[in-house]
Amino acid sequence: MARPRLTAWLRYLRAGDLLVLAAAAAACAASFVLLWRGEQPDRAIVRAGGQIVAELPLDRAAELTVDGPLGQTRIEVEPGRARVVADPGPRQYCVRQGWISRGGAVAICAPNQVSLSLNGGGNSHDSLSY
Amino acid sequence: MTRSATELTVTRDDSRIARLAAAAIALTVAEAAIPMPLPGVKPGLANIVTLIVLWRYGWRDAAWVSLLRVLAGSLLLGQFLAPGFFLSAAGSVASLLALAAAMHLPRHWFGPVSHSLIAAFAHIGGQLAVARLWLVPHDGVFYLAPVFFSAALVFGLSNGLIAAHLLADRSHADRR
Repeated sequence: MARPRLTAWLRYLRAGDLLVLAAAAAACAASFVLLWRGEQPDRAIVRAGGQIVAELPLDRAAELTVDGPLGQTRIEVEPGRARVVADPGPRQYCVRQGWISRGGAVAICAPNQVSLSLNGGGNSHDSLSY
Repeated sequence: MTRSATELTVTRDDSRIARLAAAAIALTVAEAAIPMPLPGVKPGLANIVTLIVLWRYGWRDAAWVSLLRVLAGSLLLGQFLAPGFFLSAAGSVASLLALAAAMHLPRHWFGPVSHSLIAAFAHIGGQLAVARLWLVPHDGVFYLAPVFFSAALVFGLSNGLIAAHLLADRSHADRR
């Protein structure tokens, strides 16, 4: 039996096969978009000393200053993302983290006991073991 | 020596199904030797046999060949009653049910490639259902679904094309 050339395989595709193939490819693409995009956050939650001090909607720009033991932490919100602009902490981890935009993402300024997190992301885990 | 009290008569149907199931089992065992990056992603070469049987001899024979293949394949690979066995059984049952409907599509427009793609997606669907309901009762299983769907797309298409190629070749027509 002769092995067909690459293009010769096309003759086995009937009209309906192309339809099914297109539907399958669309289902594939949709599954990537739906399952891998993650939940879109709609609020930024600001905590100081463990208590929620503000919930800012992510659909408009806003600025907020929070007081902590070391001083003031400044937080900025833009549509779809948020960041810590300035913090009195020594290592500036939360500031250098930059903009966060994924659901469940969090920037923690531990020395000043302030955290900025986005809602959504659901019950995601740091780790799972079986 | 006493004769056996039960007489098994082997019909021509039986031997044909046994021969085709043997081909499918051989493909299953051969395929197990192919290293795959992700557990659960397999080409499913044995389904080529199922597709050919469905096209030539109908759904009943295809169901026999497919289920015998799952059973004997799992025995040969030491997977019988292991989680992988139930996943593959669920996948096979789901794709046989989907094929029972798909085989009534007009053959002029829908060839083995359609059957193959529909069966491949039903296979993944059945497996994910069993995995979610029983083996990993957490929505995390769906996180890998896009990968499985992509595999179903690629292997469903290639298996369907191979089946169509083998069916088109008259010299392979089985002796009745």
